[in-house]
Amino acid sequence: MNWRVIIGIAKTHLFTKIKQTAIAALGVTFGIGSYIALVSFMTGLNGMLDDLILNKTPHVHIYNEIEPSKEQPIDIHEAYANTFNIVKSIKPKQTQRKIHNALPIIHNLSKNNDVIAAIPQLKTQIFYISGPIELGGNLSGIDIMKEVEFFNFKDYIVKGTPQDLLNSDVGILLGSGVASKMSLGIGDRVQIRTAVGTNFPLKVIGVFQSGIADLDNVQSFVNLRTAQKILGVPRNHITDINVKLHDIDKAFPLAKKIEGQFNLKAIDIKTANAQFETGTNIRNLITYAVSITLLIVAGFGIYNILNMLIYEKMNDIAILKATGFSGKDVQYIFLSQAMIIGFVGGILGLLIGYIISSIIDKIAFETEALPTITTYPVNFNVWFYLIGISFAMVSTFLAGYLPSRKARKIDPVRIIRGQ
Amino acid sequence: MILEAKNINKYFKKPVPFHVLKDINFTVDDGEFISIMGKSGCGKSTLLYILSTMDTDYDGQLYLKNELVTGKSRDSLSYIRNKHIGFVFQFHYLLSEFSVLENVMLPAKKLGEKSLKEIEKAAFEKLEILNIEKLAHKKASQISGGEKQRVAIARALINNPSIIMGDEPTGNLDSHNAENVFKIFKNLSEEQGLSLLIVTHDIDFANKTDRIIEMLDGRIIS
Repeated sequence: MNWRVIIGIAKTHLFTKIKQTAIAALGVTFGIGSYIALVSFMTGLNGMLDDLILNKTPHVHIYNEIEPSKEQPIDIHEAYANTFNIVKSIKPKQTQRKIHNALPIIHNLSKNNDVIAAIPQLKTQIFYISGPIELGGNLSGIDIMKEVEFFNFKDYIVKGTPQDLLNSDVGILLGSGVASKMSLGIGDRVQIRTAVGTNFPLKVIGVFQSGIADLDNVQSFVNLRTAQKILGVPRNHITDINVKLHDIDKAFPLAKKIEGQFNLKAIDIKTANAQFETGTNIRNLITYAVSITLLIVAGFGIYNILNMLIYEKMNDIAILKATGFSGKDVQYIFLSQAMIIGFVGGILGLLIGYIISSIIDKIAFETEALPTITTYPVNFNVWFYLIGISFAMVSTFLAGYLPSRKARKIDPVRIIRGQ
Repeated sequence: MILEAKNINKYFKKPVPFHVLKDINFTVDDGEFISIMGKSGCGKSTLLYILSTMDTDYDGQLYLKNELVTGKSRDSLSYIRNKHIGFVFQFHYLLSEFSVLENVMLPAKKLGEKSLKEIEKAAFEKLEILNIEKLAHKKASQISGGEKQRVAIARALINNPSIIMGDEPTGNLDSHNAENVFKIFKNLSEEQGLSLLIVTHDIDFANKTDRIIEMLDGRIIS
C-alpha cells in the first residue's frame, strides 16, 4: 500500500473542492463542538448538583437506630419452638441514642486502609428560644476542623469562619433559615433548650447555608465538646460516626461489615442517595442522545458530499484503475478523504467546544441556594475531548465507508467505453 | 512473445444473451506494431479490454510474457497493468486537477520501485521524447487535445511497459495530431522495441502498422 500517493490524491481532491470540503468539515465541527460544550456544561451542572448533596454526605454514616428487636423473647423460648407466634404492638426497646464504644470504633476505622477519615458527631434535637417563641431544630456537635478538611464544610459557611467556632466554647453556627427567622447575626446571643428542658445561652459566631432550605431552617452546629456540655454527657458520648473513603464503591461492603461487626446501623452513600445517581444518569443519557444526533446529521452530510464527489470523479477512478491502482487503493483514497474531513472538522470542533465552554464558565451565575457558585459550572474533562475526536473519526469513517466501497467496485471498462 | 490469447470467448448477458467474441486466438511478438480493425460492434474494443486484464469475465486463456494471467486476483491484475501494460484511450483521460507532470508520475508512484526524484526524472524524459516537456507544470485541464493525448502516451510509458494498448487513440484528433501520434508510436516500436496493440477505425493508420488484425462479428478474419 502506497499511502503517500493515496493521501496525495485525496488531498488534491479535497483542495480543488475546498468549498464542499469545508461544508462537510463544518458539519463535523458543529457536531463535535456542540457535543463538547453540551457535555462539559451538563456534567458540570451534574457535578455541582451532586456535590450539593454528596460532598456533605458521608460515604458511610454509622448511627444507633431506635427500632424494635428483631427477635421477641417468645421466638427463642424452647417451649414455643414449634408454634406459630404473633406478637402485636411491638415497641422499640429503651436504649440510648449514643454509640457504645464510639471512640474505639473510630480508632478501629481509622486504621482501615480504605478509610480517609472517621469523624464523630453528636446530634440532638433542641429548641431555639426567641422571646416567647420556641423553634424546633437540630443541633450537631462536630469536630469543625475535620469537617472542613474532609466534607468541604467551609464552602457552606457564609458568615464567620471555622476558626471562630473552634475558638469559642459557647459559639454556635446557625443555619441561614434559623438566623433570618430569628433576625440573628454574628455576635448576637441565642438561647437554646434541650429536650429535657435545660436552657443554654450561646453566641452566634457564624451562619451557614447548605442550599437545602429544609436543612438551613432547622440545623445548627456547635463544637462537639459544647454539645456534650449542653446535654451533660461525658466526652465519649457520640451518636454518629461519618466515614469518608478513598473509593466510594467500597462504601456498600464496608457498611455491611460495620453493621455485622458492631451491631449498629450503617448506611452507605449510594443507598442513601440513590435518586441522585438516577438523575445524573438520565441527564448524561440526554446529553449523549443529543450529541449523537448532531453527529449523525454531520455524518449524513459527509456521506452525501462523498457520494457526489465519487460521481464527479468517475473518470478519475476509471483512469486510476486502468493505470494500475487496485480497487482497494481507490477505496482508501475516498476513505482517507472522509477521515481527513473528520479529523480536521473534529479538531476544529474540539477547539470551538473548548471556546464555548470557556465562555459559559465565565458567565455569572449566582443563586441563593448555592453560596459557593459564582459562575456556571463547567467540567473541563480531557476525556470528553478524547471521546469527541474518536467519535468524529468513527462517524466519518462510517459515512465514508459506503461511498468508498462503491468507488472500489466501479468497473473501469464501463466508464471508459461509456463515453 | 509478449501476449498470447487462446480460445477466448465472451458472452454479454444483458440486455439479451449475445456471443461477442468467438474463439479468438492470436499472439503479439516483441516489438510488433499491430492494429485491430473492424466495424463498430464487431467486438474489437471488447477484446482489447480483455487483453488489458481490466475485463475478467471471459472464457479461454490469456498469457502475458508466457505467464497465465487468466484467473489471477484483482490486486495482482492491477499490479500487472501497472507494471507491464500502458494505456492510451480515445478520450484523453487525464486527472484534470493534477499537473501534467503529476499525471505522468502517478503510475510510477503507485508502482513504488523508484524514489520520487528518479520518477520525476523519468517523467521528464518521457515528456521530452514526446516534445511536451515545457507543459510539465501546467494543469492537465489547461492543455489542448493533441497535447493531452501525448501526455497520456507519456503516462503509458512511465513504467517502461512491455506493451502499449490503445483504444482508438487517434479517433478524437485532427489529421495533423493523428499523424503525430502515429509517428510517436512508430518510433517507440522501432527505437525502443515496444510492442503496440492499437484498435482503430482509421485505415490509413492501420496500413502503416506491421500487421492488421481484422475482425468481423466476433471472429478474427485475417
